[in-house]
Amino acid sequence: MSKVRLLVGTRKGAFVLTSDGKREKWDVSGPHFAGWEIYHVKGSPVDPNRLYASQSSGWFGQVMQRSNDGGKTWEAMGNKFVYDGVAGTHQWYDGTPHPWEFKRAWHLEPSLTNADEVYAGVEDAALFRSVDGGQNWEELSGLRKHGSGPHWQPGAGGMCLHTIILDPSDPKRIFIAISAAGAFRTDDGGKTWLPINKGLRSQFLPDQDAEVGHCVHHMAMHPSRPGVLFMQKHWDVMRSDNAGDSWHEVSGNLPTDFGFVIDVHAHEPETVFVVPIKSDSEHYPLDGKLQVYRSRSGGNEWEALTKGLPQKDCYVNVLRDAMAVDSLDSCGVYFGTTGGQVYGSSDAGDSWAPIVRDLPAVLSVEVQTLHSGSPTLI
Amino acid sequence: MIRVELPAHLRTLAGVKGEVMVDVAEPVTQRSVLGALEAKYPMLRGTIRDHGTLERRAFLRFFACEEDLSHELPDALLPEAVAMGKEPLLVIGAIAGG
Repeated sequence: MSKVRLLVGTRKGAFVLTSDGKREKWDVSGPHFAGWEIYHVKGSPVDPNRLYASQSSGWFGQVMQRSNDGGKTWEAMGNKFVYDGVAGTHQWYDGTPHPWEFKRAWHLEPSLTNADEVYAGVEDAALFRSVDGGQNWEELSGLRKHGSGPHWQPGAGGMCLHTIILDPSDPKRIFIAISAAGAFRTDDGGKTWLPINKGLRSQFLPDQDAEVGHCVHHMAMHPSRPGVLFMQKHWDVMRSDNAGDSWHEVSGNLPTDFGFVIDVHAHEPETVFVVPIKSDSEHYPLDGKLQVYRSRSGGNEWEALTKGLPQKDCYVNVLRDAMAVDSLDSCGVYFGTTGGQVYGSSDAGDSWAPIVRDLPAVLSVEVQTLHSGSPTLI
Repeated sequence: MIRVELPAHLRTLAGVKGEVMVDVAEPVTQRSVLGALEAKYPMLRGTIRDHGTLERRAFLRFFACEEDLSHELPDALLPEAVAMGKEPLLVIGAIAGG
């Protein structure tokens, strides 16, 4: 019998939601790390009981947590994130130089092949890696030391490295995204990095087609087609068919192409989900109607999915890491809101139901699909 | 033994209840007390003072004997009552919203 385990990070703790393969009844465990901001929790694809969590606080800074039993118990790991060499400066909001300062880890990406190896995307933007289960962290500084670093700038949420995608077909290829610097790719395991922002246009930049400076909100890839990337940018939904070498817009008939999350169906590489948000100054759904949009054609043609979602007076946001898909035969889709709801669909978005309604503001949602006997995850 | 009172979140992180007792060789200063505290509870490293600079985190304060010691030099002697174990060193989270 298959099981599904949702790992939910919120402003005031982490929650673990579990269900059987029917995904009708859910057990809620938590809050873990009560009172702390949990930006992200993610499980190892190699060992589903190995979880990593980023715990942080404005008072006490960064703590990294690890579980070896699927979230029942946790152990504090190393939290020393030191930039390699002279940290230097990036642009501040007004364009003046500002020193690079570590604030928190936004995203954790466990290795596809080694449960003790995990990447951390942090604010101020940098990529760190641990190869000892989270005890020690070393910066892959070729990214930050890319010549464009002094021109990166913070988005409204801070200058965060929020997306890390490991290419399952090439262990040396990693995609990352930074708000607001853009997307980058390494083909040599993190030594050198290439900005992959050709085709992005951003009105807030003096040069709208600049090599860096774009506010990428999130990226997604289907593991069977690692050269195809989807991106929710500040404005615009984008697609690349050449591993980021160039992008083209696929916003199509979306009612607004601002948003944060984007994800791909577990079994249909051309089926993509987004949650349109009204605008950069009004972070809530259009007309108070919470709608997931699904494209079955890899973009451009989108359909609104509303069954089971509030269609009036809904003014929540769905943050960039707060959507995930499971890999059961009928693909499950999940997302969390700043209003504390976690919605789930067991039919690829055709219908939705709240799993929980009253959590703290949800920062991230990940899902583990657990098959008895042979655990596989997505 | 030096008595240290931690904020609730750090007590949870360290897995302790109530005051913490640490053995500190003289001189008894902020630096020596925090060093002993972090040696006994490594999970607290980086949560009270910065890993690299060892400076107090901005939203934390140090009180003892009804005095604010937050801005004392790290190697300044703590009050005798703290050194004698009669009074605790209080690590306090600044009031800055919920």
